[in-house]
Amino acid sequence: MNKLSILTKGIIKENPVLVLLLGCCPTLAVTTSAINGLGMGVSTLAVLLCANIAISLLRNIIPDKVRIPCFIVVIAAFVTIVQFALKAYLPALDAALGLFIPLIVVNCIILGRAEMFASKNSVIDSALDGLGMGIGFTLALGLMGLIREFLGSGTAFGIDIYAHLGITPAGIFMLAPGGFFIFGVMIAAVNYFTKGKGTKKEFSCEGCLFAGSCNPEDKCDGKEADA
Amino acid sequence: MTAILSIMLAVILTNNYVLSQFLGICPFLGVSKKLDSAVGMGAAVIFVMLMATAVTWPIQKLILDPLNIGYLQTIVFILIIASLVQLVEMTLKKFMPPLYKSLGVFLPLITTNCAVLGLTINCINDGLTYVQSLFCAIGAGIGFLLAMVLFAGMRERLENNTGIPECFKGVPITLVSASILAMSFMAFSGVVDAIFA
Repeated sequence: MNKLSILTKGIIKENPVLVLLLGCCPTLAVTTSAINGLGMGVSTLAVLLCANIAISLLRNIIPDKVRIPCFIVVIAAFVTIVQFALKAYLPALDAALGLFIPLIVVNCIILGRAEMFASKNSVIDSALDGLGMGIGFTLALGLMGLIREFLGSGTAFGIDIYAHLGITPAGIFMLAPGGFFIFGVMIAAVNYFTKGKGTKKEFSCEGCLFAGSCNPEDKCDGKEADA
Repeated sequence: MTAILSIMLAVILTNNYVLSQFLGICPFLGVSKKLDSAVGMGAAVIFVMLMATAVTWPIQKLILDPLNIGYLQTIVFILIIASLVQLVEMTLKKFMPPLYKSLGVFLPLITTNCAVLGLTINCINDGLTYVQSLFCAIGAGIGFLLAMVLFAGMRERLENNTGIPECFKGVPITLVSASILAMSFMAFSGVVDAIFA
């Protein structure tokens, strides 16, 4: 795989949100405005990039048996750094994203990329992979935030659009039901334009760390994850 | 007593972790296809939430705060939850095989469930006391179970529906149904405050 395709596959072909259906919680929770969506996307991008580089550098040192706890510590350290940087320089964004900043630790995109890519590939490839996946995540969140902000509060990036039209925005798009609905419609749109080849057919554990050892749908044999 | 009741009712109905705070969406969408696995997952989440809160609250108040190392909260909490889940899994496997069979398979999944980490951080941020935190954990778990069970019922009906447009089949229609369920939970807003006003 050449360098360019490693970078671009995360943006469109394997978009973590719209195609792989990973990281649903922040996708739904913080996309009440385009700025919040982009802010969350860039924060995740920073953690993903740093974690991928660090884990790729450490991949020959980390013992296989305890790799998952090691990945979690590396990721949590970078999340803490991002958390403090936001508190210091962008307090408004920090307040808007709130709890979902520390929760970047459990974002399955980051753990998934560490396990599936960074622990097996060179530093440069891992950095490109993290960058691509992060950009894909940021674009998806920004787009969804823009749609919800436009429908729900009649603005785009904070600029009032409905004011001259005399239409009342539908506030429900800013609330929980609107989040689920818009996300569903966006995935349906991806399905429509790719003729059903784009998105996965069903929610599955594919991107999950424990995918190999656990399958709750089939009541798996209870084999232990070797974490 | 009133405070505890209102905290519990709030996290079960008005501030339901899944349907209004968007925490724990992955298991909510991933494991709600069949009713029995939804119940198993919900029960395992109640258990882990209670254990995690019971351990993280004293650690924050007795170790992190006095030593002024509150910034380690994220790292410490996620490690505690991960090791706790492993410990519970091993204990269940050794001493309670029947319970392990029904709950154990869901345990590894819960480590990376953001509802658990979110709950433990929330309890600290909201300044709840130890007892209040424990009841908040039980309430959040019950709210999760309730949402899972209701949604599993909806999805079993959805399976037999043939009128779904091609591009909406699968994931999109699941999300739209979740949207309708979330809308029904919105009706509870204000109820809890009105009861305890």
